Amino acid sequence: MKFRAWLAILAGFLPASLVAVVAFLTAYSWPAIRFNGVNFIWHDVWNLGNLYADPVHVGGMPIQPGAHYGILFLIVGTLLTTAIALVLALPVGVGAAIFLAEATSGKLRIWLSSFVELLAAIPSVVFGLWGYVVLIPLLGRHVYPAMAKVLAVIPFFSGPPGSGYGLLTAGIVLSIMIVPLIAATLRDALVAQPKSLREAAMGMGATRFEAIWNVVLPGTYRVLIGATFLALGRALGETMAVLMVSGNALNYLPHNIYTPVSTMAAFVVSQLDSALQDPTGMAVRSLAEIALILCIISVIINGTARAMLWFWARSPQPGGA
Amino acid sequence: MSSTMPQSSLSAPAAARWLRRQRHLNFGRRLFSIAGWSMSALTLLLLAIVIVWILTIVLMRGWAAMHPSLFTTITQGNGGGLLNAIEGTFVLGIGSLALAVPLGVAAGVYASEYRFTRWSSAIRFLSEVLVGVPSIVLGYFGYVTMVEGLGWEFSVAAGSIVLGIICLPYICRTTELALRQVSDELREAAYALGASERHAILHVCLPAALPGILTGVMLALAISVGETAPLLYTAGWSNYLWDGRLTHSPIGYLTYAIWTFINEPFAAANALAYAAAFLLLLVVLGINILSRFVLSPRP
Repeated sequence: MKFRAWLAILAGFLPASLVAVVAFLTAYSWPAIRFNGVNFIWHDVWNLGNLYADPVHVGGMPIQPGAHYGILFLIVGTLLTTAIALVLALPVGVGAAIFLAEATSGKLRIWLSSFVELLAAIPSVVFGLWGYVVLIPLLGRHVYPAMAKVLAVIPFFSGPPGSGYGLLTAGIVLSIMIVPLIAATLRDALVAQPKSLREAAMGMGATRFEAIWNVVLPGTYRVLIGATFLALGRALGETMAVLMVSGNALNYLPHNIYTPVSTMAAFVVSQLDSALQDPTGMAVRSLAEIALILCIISVIINGTARAMLWFWARSPQPGGA
Repeated sequence: MSSTMPQSSLSAPAAARWLRRQRHLNFGRRLFSIAGWSMSALTLLLLAIVIVWILTIVLMRGWAAMHPSLFTTITQGNGGGLLNAIEGTFVLGIGSLALAVPLGVAAGVYASEYRFTRWSSAIRFLSEVLVGVPSIVLGYFGYVTMVEGLGWEFSVAAGSIVLGIICLPYICRTTELALRQVSDELREAAYALGASERHAILHVCLPAALPGILTGVMLALAISVGETAPLLYTAGWSNYLWDGRLTHSPIGYLTYAIWTFINEPFAAANALAYAAAFLLLLVVLGINILSRFVLSPRP
């Protein structure tokens, strides 16, 4: 029994670290939460105030005059880059999973799958490097100007094509980073589907692809939803790659898909140095509030995804396995 | 299917004939299938192109920037070597594993061996949640609590602890999965021979699960070596070699060199970034390939 108790305590460091992260971030950012109020997520202005003036007291807290913290542009940037990443990554992930699960087998499948999963092993700063030296010149000089001309009729795709840093570039890089997650999860689910489903479908006269598309794939929709949630969580919190390709916009909302943006995670990195200039510390605490919001969002998304997958694993799937 | 089957009474052989004819004649259905296969092959090809593209850019430009002095000199301004960064990445990797391996393996053992307890379910669930917490959030937590709160400043200790937290759930999960592969007969045999719970777990189950656990540890190392954002806030950056102090002394690491020196307008600085990316990729991919094919070859 003594061994078991020790093990339980040691094992408790893992949950304890998660609780500590939420607790300490909340405690640290509490003055900022009180000062910023709801305006934090509704306003579009991140302004440290006049750093050369003496602090004034607002509600008992020292604040630099003119300081105002609003992160709507970050929330919009985060949501839009993530949405673009999912829109691009889902079809590619599903297609790759179908090919790996249904068109290959044995050694070839293992090799090709490992090859695709190499993408998941590459550190995010290397994606950022590639995006910065390869993607941005290519997209900014050739692809975006052409897109802006050809797609001018679509509202969000017209207008100045920018320099290559921006919403769409960040979305593309993010999508590459989350594709292997979707592809690997869905591939395993497709392989695990019972053979009888495919045989029944082909016995009814369906072609091989029709059997996969109309019968086998719908049986894995729950796995696909779960994997999409996990990919969503990953994309929301991705920092370095986005930081290097998004253009780090400040205080404005994107007006088209080529506009520079910033995300919550990237902003926390890019702003620490200037936030430290604030002698009252409110800027650093407001950054902590951003980190806290990001943390809570990711806990909710991952918790939901895991709960869904657990719950579904227990109940048999309608029409499928 | 585009055309509906005649509903009126058809004998079984007639229905089969109709189906065969449909399959051969229906151009739309064949087109759909061909298009579907082509699209799925194209997506895989697209991914392959991107992978090869990233690897060739980093490996070719990195190889061009390789020079023996990289490994013998420290960073100076916009040039010099990477010795401090290589040393720092090594120190931080070892530091994070020193913390995460005992705790993560303990969590994994508990999650697997006592899997019907509530605490075990809680650990498993929270571990899955912790995997999803963005690393920058953990980095900021380290900044708030250790760098500022405890007054450690940018330091090896703060960086290693944050990297350790990042590694924990990975090690926990692979340990749990590896232990679940150990057959119950082995446990029963140990208990039948009079082994205590402690002996059965430490001397029977863990050795049997060791290859799987090692794989997890290696992958966790690859993750911690590749992290950037949480270290900016906790380890800082230093142009000099580590002075051996755990606190109050920042340290360099390869990922910082990539991020910073690629943004500089000097060719020498860019070469340093490519060299750092080359070394990083070599280590990370090496670990991944090693753990995938050597330690735990798939069936």
